[in-house]
Amino acid sequence: MPGRRQWQGGVHIVTQIVDEICDIFKELGFTRVVGPEAETERYNFYALNFPKDHPALDAQDSFYLGGDVVLRTHTSPVQIRTLEVYKPPIRIVVPGRCYRRDPFDASHSPVFEQIEGFAVDEGITFVDFKATLATFARRIFSPTTKVRFRPSYFPFTEPSAEMDVQCQICGGSGCAACKQTGWMEILGSGMVHPAVLDNCKVDSEKYTGFAWGMGPERIAMLRHGIPDIRLFFDSDVRFLEQFVGKQEPGAGSQDLESPTPRSRLLTSE
Amino acid sequence: MIVSRRWLEALLSRPLEGRDIADRLARQVAPVDAVVPIHQDLRDVLVARVLEVKQHPNADRLSLCQVDAGNGVVEVVCGAPNVAAGKTYPFAPVGATLPGGLKLERRKIRGVESNGMLCSAKELGLGVDQAGILELTTEAPPGTPFLEAIPVADEQVIIDVSANRPDLLCHKGVARELAVAYGATVKLPVIPGGQGGQHRTPRPPDRPTAAVDGVEVRLEDPEGAPRYMIAVVRGVKVGPSPAWLATRLQSVGQRSVNNIVDATNYILFEINQPMHAFDLAKLRGPAVVVRRAKPDEAIVTLDGVSRRLTAEMTAICDAERPQIVAGVMGSAESEVTESTTDIVLEAAYFQPTRVRRTGRALGISSESSYRFERGIDMLALPDAMARAIDLIVSIAGGAVREPPLDLWPEPQQPRSVFLRDARVSQLLGVAIPRKETERLLSAVGFVAAPKDDRLAVQVPGWRPDVTREVDLIEEVARLRGYDSFPDELRPYRPGTVPEAPSELTLRRIRERLIASGSGLLEARTLPLGPADSPDAIQVKNPLSAEEAFLRSRLLPGLVRRVEHNWAQGHRDIRLFEVGTVFRPSVRPSDRPTEELHLAVVLTGARHPPHWTGGSQSDSKLPDMDIWDLKRHFELAVGLTTPGGDVQPAASGSGWEALGGSAIRLEADAPRWAAPLFGLEVTIGVGPVPVVKYQPLHTQPPVLRDISLVLRGGVTAAAVETVLRRAGGSMLAQLEVLDEYRGSGLPEGTRGVTWRCTFRDPEGVRTLTDREIDALLSRMLKALEDELDVQRRQASA
Repeated sequence: MPGRRQWQGGVHIVTQIVDEICDIFKELGFTRVVGPEAETERYNFYALNFPKDHPALDAQDSFYLGGDVVLRTHTSPVQIRTLEVYKPPIRIVVPGRCYRRDPFDASHSPVFEQIEGFAVDEGITFVDFKATLATFARRIFSPTTKVRFRPSYFPFTEPSAEMDVQCQICGGSGCAACKQTGWMEILGSGMVHPAVLDNCKVDSEKYTGFAWGMGPERIAMLRHGIPDIRLFFDSDVRFLEQFVGKQEPGAGSQDLESPTPRSRLLTSE
Repeated sequence: MIVSRRWLEALLSRPLEGRDIADRLARQVAPVDAVVPIHQDLRDVLVARVLEVKQHPNADRLSLCQVDAGNGVVEVVCGAPNVAAGKTYPFAPVGATLPGGLKLERRKIRGVESNGMLCSAKELGLGVDQAGILELTTEAPPGTPFLEAIPVADEQVIIDVSANRPDLLCHKGVARELAVAYGATVKLPVIPGGQGGQHRTPRPPDRPTAAVDGVEVRLEDPEGAPRYMIAVVRGVKVGPSPAWLATRLQSVGQRSVNNIVDATNYILFEINQPMHAFDLAKLRGPAVVVRRAKPDEAIVTLDGVSRRLTAEMTAICDAERPQIVAGVMGSAESEVTESTTDIVLEAAYFQPTRVRRTGRALGISSESSYRFERGIDMLALPDAMARAIDLIVSIAGGAVREPPLDLWPEPQQPRSVFLRDARVSQLLGVAIPRKETERLLSAVGFVAAPKDDRLAVQVPGWRPDVTREVDLIEEVARLRGYDSFPDELRPYRPGTVPEAPSELTLRRIRERLIASGSGLLEARTLPLGPADSPDAIQVKNPLSAEEAFLRSRLLPGLVRRVEHNWAQGHRDIRLFEVGTVFRPSVRPSDRPTEELHLAVVLTGARHPPHWTGGSQSDSKLPDMDIWDLKRHFELAVGLTTPGGDVQPAASGSGWEALGGSAIRLEADAPRWAAPLFGLEVTIGVGPVPVVKYQPLHTQPPVLRDISLVLRGGVTAAAVETVLRRAGGSMLAQLEVLDEYRGSGLPEGTRGVTWRCTFRDPEGVRTLTDREIDALLSRMLKALEDELDVQRRQASA
């Protein structure tokens, strides 16, 4: 006969992914900080080297609260807030809610989660940048996951890059989900633009750094095969219950020697 | 940005493959959203030759044709007047599907069976019908697929061009990047029938006023139009474009209008120079005046809309009124029409932010304004003008009697930027030989020359994005290939920034709520919704009225989620959320105040059903009640404000604590729903007191139960406060055992029984009965004095 049951509670799958991502970066020396969701244009745009009256602002269609106060369109303002308070070396990850005037559809939400990463010190190079993010990708997906970096544009990074990982659905052979390219875009990133450092009175000749922003919802959709971003906000208990108690180490973490492989418990020898 | 594969092939003089272009562009410069084959809906169409044409026996305007479609001769009924024996036409055999989805069947037309269809250009989606069916000039034998014989098959490569790279908004710019990838060179194709662009290069006059071929030109706003070129072409014949031109424009999704308009559009998509042609006959003066618009000056733009201009906008005017909103859109009045014979041709550089503000103020975004606001190549204007004239004269006739006028009050030299080898390796982490740097930069048009220990790099006019050293370093990195840099982890110094306490607090709260065992699921609701309080903060530009305010509380959003779940037929719902809420700041222009809140909603059965409860229906299961709410409220207060005090709410229902409350909620509930409860508290962030070790007791405790009679208005919490104070350190625990109302008790009172647990605070001594009796009577005395509460007498 069946045993007694209890209702099972659990944290949201997006929270799980955020924690998992931040924990991986913690191993790489990044501490977790946060910043306000309502920002001034200065923090959200201009201190980040967005030119005034420039089409680069179009991609950041913002909700305004009045005056120069906007709901932040990315977590990048925390780069500025951190540089104003702390001296390098800086290594932070910044999870948080962001807002853009994108109507709801299967892949867009006016409100979404983002995780910013930011490192500034003497001697940080493009090689460190690639290595840190590639290490992350291999930890959260699998040790053999291929990554590629390709050119992009963000006013606050230069060189700028997007990081793609091998399509998690077709494995790289090309499918509808990856538009036949075999790759899936995971994050936007780059070396910190010297203008950002200058704006915060940090010597950009001496210090260099890198930064990135990624969408945990998108990563959750890729990894768990969730087809529609709206499911995250519906709070349908059937959806929430699917991810209860499923926190597992990322596919890229390993024991030196596994005490009891799970496969052995499940197969009779 | 849509580019055509065939157009790129013409510029690079080599065959290309759509998917390969996409991959190379993505790795080198910009991602490609899609590669879309066009005219694939013509794959069933064949080349066919008409062998014989006879009159249809039953219809004057139809003919019967014997058609060789490669696979034997078939009879086809045709209604076109131009069908002729010996000629070649596109042919859709029986079973073929035409653009628009029409599937051809064998059918009788006026009594004669027709085995297919000879097609017109319109039926194939290739343009307007001229004389009837489309006569082909091809050597391909009958039966050859139409797409193989006629070069209309093409692919659109849809490039996601970033805001800093206007040079990629034309075929030449994209070809320039592909030339690096393929080791090819870019050469503009010769215009059929053109003079090869051999028009005299004009010399800029030093005065802002001049005349060209009888048209007076005045540049009064050099700030808005730093460089302005104009030419007059007289004697053009406006008409349809030649097929090659119409096909080019069609391949990038542009409609062919007439030869003049098409010529200017061709130049735009080929070399990125927006051109404007207008009718000289409509110009008062005739004059062209480039000036700021006067306040409220009106213009009816090409789209037929009347628009009011402001002094912040640059206008191209005749002697009296605006004819073009500079860089944005022309007027209906001076539009080139069938009757136009003389045209004025403009090629200009308009100030980018001026164009952007103007376009936004008027609500217009055009192909031209899109390019001007990103910045076009100011240095390339004469070349663009020469090519445009060459194209127009070759396809529309006419002549340029005087060289174009070039008004450029402050001529600019190409920009130079210095690049240090050491900075390249400092940023990229790899030493790159100077030779390689030079080679990479020159491949895309930079001119690099050593100067001292640096490279002096001249930036081509089409790269307005390159203004400082780091821009050149990005060029080096991307042209070398991001993949060429290693990704080895190197040592790093730990950072100076400590973890945010609020993140640790939220994580702990989530974990403790989950661990409470009541099955709470975390929800993440939208922070935007309808107003949830009188001072809710409004979003100035919301997407919809339902999402026009920021939340000041979490509960309303959670209740909407409960209603959503009810609508799905779920009865047992337990949700919590931790998140930011917003309150107005003292000064309205400041950022709002942000607080972290925790909220919980509960409804439905306390436990899942189990067979030991008998075959009871779900409705017999105990539902959560007000005491489940209080349990969660106490938990929430304990987590968010440790030491916070839970009290019955002053309103008489539910409970409250500093910064929070818990009540039964009203909601839009279905009949079968259980009562809904909710609580919300403010999360305090701060250090948690260090836990001090308590000695473990070695002596058994002494238990005493006391039954008290409480009048209305006296709360259990008040009684406990007095008991604890009077009981002092020896009273280790106090717990309610029972509540009783009814017979034997005075009206309006209740009996409550507490269990008191006494212990020696030092944990070493056994307490004596006498000690306890004395303490208990002091406690009861205090109750009587302070609250007028007495012991319940054993019932008589």
